[in-house]
Amino acid sequence: MIYLDNAATSWPKPEPVTAAMARFLRDVGASPGRSGHRLANEAERVRFEARELLASLFGLADPLRVIFTHNATAALNLVIRGLLTPGTHVITTGMEHNAVMRPLSALAATGVSLTILPCAPDGTLDPTLLDQHVRSDTRLVICNHASNVCGTVLPIRALGARAHAHGLPLLVDAAQTAGVRPINLHDDNVDLLAFTGHKGLLGPTGTGGLVIHEDFDIARLPALIHGGTGSRSESERQPDFLPDKYEAGTPNAVGLAGLVAGLQYVLARGVAAISAHEQELARRLITGLTHLPNVQVQGTHDPQRQTAVVSFTIDGRACSEVAYALDERFDIMCRPGLHCAPRAHQTLGTLPAGTLRLSPGLFTTLDEIDEALARVAELAGVESDG
Amino acid sequence: MAEYGVILVHTTSHAIQAERVLLRAGLGVKLIPTPRHLSSDCGSAVRIEIADRPAAEAALAAAGLPIDRIEPLDE
Repeated sequence: MIYLDNAATSWPKPEPVTAAMARFLRDVGASPGRSGHRLANEAERVRFEARELLASLFGLADPLRVIFTHNATAALNLVIRGLLTPGTHVITTGMEHNAVMRPLSALAATGVSLTILPCAPDGTLDPTLLDQHVRSDTRLVICNHASNVCGTVLPIRALGARAHAHGLPLLVDAAQTAGVRPINLHDDNVDLLAFTGHKGLLGPTGTGGLVIHEDFDIARLPALIHGGTGSRSESERQPDFLPDKYEAGTPNAVGLAGLVAGLQYVLARGVAAISAHEQELARRLITGLTHLPNVQVQGTHDPQRQTAVVSFTIDGRACSEVAYALDERFDIMCRPGLHCAPRAHQTLGTLPAGTLRLSPGLFTTLDEIDEALARVAELAGVESDG
Repeated sequence: MAEYGVILVHTTSHAIQAERVLLRAGLGVKLIPTPRHLSSDCGSAVRIEIADRPAAEAALAAAGLPIDRIEPLDE
């Protein structure tokens, strides 16, 4: 089997991830943050270690400014729904996922105004466009770090610098880049970073969160979910301190145990080395696909400027049909369609038909890429020269 | 005279962080359930030897870790 759907969920996971989750379920098992017995404390140590590793990965000194949610979508909703109220304005880009576009659309119906900065047909963004659209009622700028459709990396550092010049915070959706591209909240001018654990960080599904820059005042951001935290139990009001303010309810502790192991794997291997490996895979894929006469590849075609997420179409063939054939006939897993990002497909000119997306990961080999390329060529009706 | 002190914190995350900071400072610590007569929190507190109180306060302050307060603890 060749798994080329790492942009949805990375797989396989490093063996220590599975082992850590099995160990947690077998030997720890308890709720972090509650009860105070030794198993609960051990569960809290695991969660704290996850915070420390993420703080280290993203260049943050205070691990308690790492908040856990169930995924990046929940973290994005927390910020979007917390900072934007009727009568305010938000700026985002033409390459966003529905994790951003759907909450924004829901708020637009309540009186929040929305500006979408247009991106080029390869998904790139000119960050100077921001200046023309900032208004007195603008409260937030939102940008994904890399497209989940075609891998194009967006200029968050330049956009953040411009946002800060206008006194605006930048919220970055790092679902596609955490663990595969270096990110430093300070250097990259990011105030709020939504991440997920189940892609480049090699953890299980159901883990993710929000990283909050030290200079961002959390009094500005109300909690979205209210409930038990194990702290201030005499009060029926949500605590106002981190991390409890944003972490109501029992967390996915076993998932965080797996995420710790995933993070340790990523940090030991090094984000730069992972990025280099993925660029090599992307280069091979893009070169092979652009070689096929009846195949159109989206994005920049430049592995330096994109992640290892490659989208393409075959003239006259429905992407779902090609994906089905790759799965059924050749054991190759990929993802056809709109990838929950119609706005990005509109920018790329691939709406409504969508694309076929191949997304290799850390454990994908060049041989697997070559095999996939040969099969795509076969399905496209092109004689393979490999 | 109390042999131990208990560091009361706002949340168990802070208790775990305090445990790490104090262990790195070479102090003996033990996490205990937050004593009900001192706080309503249903999480953990950090027990230290009362003689270590000044060193513990210095280490926690250096780490920038917020605590509620330190109380003597009668066993």
